[in-house]
Amino acid sequence: MSDTVLEIKALTRRFGAFTAVDSLTLSVNAGEVFGLLGSNGAGKTTTIKMLTTLLPPSSGEARVAGFSITTQAVGVRRAIGYVPQAVSVDGSLTGYENLLIFAKLYDLPHREQQTRIREALAFMGLTADGGRLVGEYSGGMVRRLEIAQSTLHRPRVLFLDEPTVGLDPIARDAVWKHLVDLRANYGTTLFFTTHYLEEAESHCDRIAIMHLGKVAALGTCKELEASLGGGSRTLNEVFVHYAGSVLDSGGTFHDVSTERVTAQRLG
Amino acid sequence: MHPVTGFVEKTFVITEFELRKLRHDFTELVTRALQPALWLLIFGQVFSRSGAMHTGNIPYLDFIAPGILAQSVLFVAIFYGINVIWERDLGIVQKFLASPTPRAALVLGKGFSAGIRTLSQAAVVYGLSLLLGVKLNWSPLALLNVLIVVVLAATLFSTFSLIIACIVKTRERFMGVGQVLTMPLFFASNAIYPTAIMPDWLKTISHLNPLTYVVDALRTFMLADSTSTFGLSHDYTVILLTTSILVLIGARLYPRLAS
Repeated sequence: MSDTVLEIKALTRRFGAFTAVDSLTLSVNAGEVFGLLGSNGAGKTTTIKMLTTLLPPSSGEARVAGFSITTQAVGVRRAIGYVPQAVSVDGSLTGYENLLIFAKLYDLPHREQQTRIREALAFMGLTADGGRLVGEYSGGMVRRLEIAQSTLHRPRVLFLDEPTVGLDPIARDAVWKHLVDLRANYGTTLFFTTHYLEEAESHCDRIAIMHLGKVAALGTCKELEASLGGGSRTLNEVFVHYAGSVLDSGGTFHDVSTERVTAQRLG
Repeated sequence: MHPVTGFVEKTFVITEFELRKLRHDFTELVTRALQPALWLLIFGQVFSRSGAMHTGNIPYLDFIAPGILAQSVLFVAIFYGINVIWERDLGIVQKFLASPTPRAALVLGKGFSAGIRTLSQAAVVYGLSLLLGVKLNWSPLALLNVLIVVVLAATLFSTFSLIIACIVKTRERFMGVGQVLTMPLFFASNAIYPTAIMPDWLKTISHLNPLTYVVDALRTFMLADSTSTFGLSHDYTVILLTTSILVLIGARLYPRLAS
């Protein structure tokens, strides 16, 4: 039996009268690749923000790598890496400088910083580009640099919010190749949100489909396909079944705007 | 690592982050040099010749030079919050906040970087003052104090700017609020005229304005024959205390940018 690295109990977040995440309960095992799916506005990003301590929950609790998100936030922050949906590296610095700043912020010993940065650049296939300004990188390279930056300190859990949004299929494949290698080499648990169902099907050990702030379905892709009555059900059908019709989805103006701006910057 | 050592280290890492950007593109330093030049060369010279300002036994150009330096620091620092909103629109703020860096170190580090950026304004004002014949105090101790006051003042006003950014969250709103605040802060101070000639109500406001104490300290350290109106220890106390309070408020509000 695997160790539980992420345990969420009745996690809830309200914004005034609106409940963005409603009594979310689930657990993720160490080394697992876990996908959180749902329409825009389903509560995926709010969930990630609570788990990464960026947003306090209204009620409920979660433990990440054994640390409480409400009472041991600094412990959580040391144990996790986070790649937000929006571009989170600075285009006016080089790839190397972006990594160096985070090596220092995560207290990597001075003598290890250069080694880790070299390793991270090599691991993400960016060795030749480390000295270039990030503003000159392609979208796929930016995402790989962001992952390198978020994993320099070897986090136990890596949270990724729509890590491949705005990338072309080749860049998406390259990002996933590196994420899969990351798990294989360091046993990092991956917790990510995505709209791309084929990504979830290819890479996730388990998925949860969120709808209106609640977990509508949880299990392996095969289990969820079987839950609709077997046969030749696709994950797309599963998603539509659990996430509601297209008409009541789409998220807020801010959700759509953020996603499109990110896509534009990476594209 | 001791918490205090860790806090200081993280503060300087954030400062380094900001200054590395400047190393790659320092055009803003050149363009920002224009404003103090215009104020000193045009406004300063015209009012000096008009004799309209009574500044005691200090020539008006000497009087205004430290005020223009303080004004330059204010103008550079007060719009610093727009960078924070830009970083929020990207995901950089979120990434900083998800790291184990103390919030106050994030805020103070950014403030210090604004301070170091404004040192170029000090160099411009000193150069122009020299050309215009202002009697400057060149003692190393006085110069050191000018540097300290400039960095502290920029930290103070850039942190104030960051607080506004945390509240308004959008560039459009920020620009409006920034412009509304800048001019009152500048004109309700002793930067370009002495508080003695102000009406009582404005004098009261100027005494509540931290820029007044920045100007007083700069005037005392920069000029060869100047004494402090309020006392240097009083000036430093107001500047340090205001900065500390603003950093604490900023640290409290900064996480709002990620929500």
